[in-house]
Amino acid sequence: MTQEYSSVLSMKAVVREHRDGPQVVRALNGVDLEVAAGEMVAITGRSGSGKSTLLNVAGGLDPVTAGEVLVEGRSLTHLDAHELAEMRRKHVGYVFQNLNLIPSLTAKENVALPLEFDRVEAKQASSMVDEALSKTGAQELADRFPDELSGGQRQRVAIARAIAGPRRLLLADEPTGALDELSGRAIMDLLAGMAQDGVAVVLVTHDNEFAAYADRIVRLRDGQVAETIKRQVVTPTALELLQ
Amino acid sequence: MTLLSAGPKYGYQLKSEFEASSGAAWALNIGQVYNTVQRMERDGAVVPLGVDDQDRPLYELSPEGRQELDEWLATAVKRSVATRDEVVMKVLMSAATGVTEPSQPIAIQRSASMGVLQEATAARAASSSVADIVHLEWLIATTTAELKWLDVTEQILEAGGAVQLQAAMANSGARARGVSAKAKLTDESGRTK
Repeated sequence: MTQEYSSVLSMKAVVREHRDGPQVVRALNGVDLEVAAGEMVAITGRSGSGKSTLLNVAGGLDPVTAGEVLVEGRSLTHLDAHELAEMRRKHVGYVFQNLNLIPSLTAKENVALPLEFDRVEAKQASSMVDEALSKTGAQELADRFPDELSGGQRQRVAIARAIAGPRRLLLADEPTGALDELSGRAIMDLLAGMAQDGVAVVLVTHDNEFAAYADRIVRLRDGQVAETIKRQVVTPTALELLQ
Repeated sequence: MTLLSAGPKYGYQLKSEFEASSGAAWALNIGQVYNTVQRMERDGAVVPLGVDDQDRPLYELSPEGRQELDEWLATAVKRSVATRDEVVMKVLMSAATGVTEPSQPIAIQRSASMGVLQEATAARAASSSVADIVHLEWLIATTTAELKWLDVTEQILEAGGAVQLQAAMANSGARARGVSAKAKLTDESGRTK
């Protein structure tokens, strides 16, 4: 049981099927995955290997066909729609490639929106928003509108929105997809920093260079975990690596 | 020669400036430096310039050395082609012979290279030396390229590439047997039919 409590996200023998016309597609086929607080896990694999489905199932956006998903030790299987929505708002942050910031709201208002939905008291919400914006290095962008921001800045605001409030699970689908190399790295550094602050980060990426930021790389193939690569505990120095 | 292009220098100075500009990747011992300078002097690229105020022998780049340096800088480095790369050969030979599934050497190499990439990424984050970072960027770029090659190759082999390689090998085997059968026939009859 201790194991379950240390895991922010726990997926057990998860199967996810969906219909594609007359066919049933098994997008996930028996996936086990534990992600602890403070850990960053990258999910990689070819198109159609089940990466995005894994993320949707982990966040309760798609139901499992079989198996179980637990967030903060609580199974999503038996939650009704209302409870599921509440769980998602309170515990899970999402970052997508298409950031879907609302164009008519400032950065700060965008970040505050989920807290308003959750009826967090205004003063408390405001301090949560400030904290989130400062964590992502976006304080100075607070009063700007999305079309006044660069791609990297917008992604910072989207991540701030995802982590505002005490959310401990951050799910990111190709968060660097629309960014150039250096902006992408800055976002990866940011996500790694979130993990160091105790957030469990699950990141889907097709980019090996960005996956390498993660503590663990899980490669999916045909809906199954084909391989897991853990980072060495001790980082070699440049001297050791280069000689 | 690049270091000497900035002005006359003594041996230990060359060693420390080389290491400062190239980072951890390439440490020199002073013997190597003196050997190199002597060889360059013999070849006319470098001329001795007496000693400095502390009696250290100084060396200067000659006009010939300067010309050689300019040519070196102006020439692209020719990369070795990958056709004899060990990983390429492991993958091709296993696909063609079926000694093991080619996915096996691909998976083993992918796993090792992802590990290198994780280490290099962490080392880059921890490094403050520009020279080391530039070397690590090279390691990251080449490792990323290899990983891309592994993914593409796996897809090519799965999409019928392995079958083609096996067929090509079977054909060449049949041709070889055909040639030796023909040779045998010639031997027996004394002339080719």
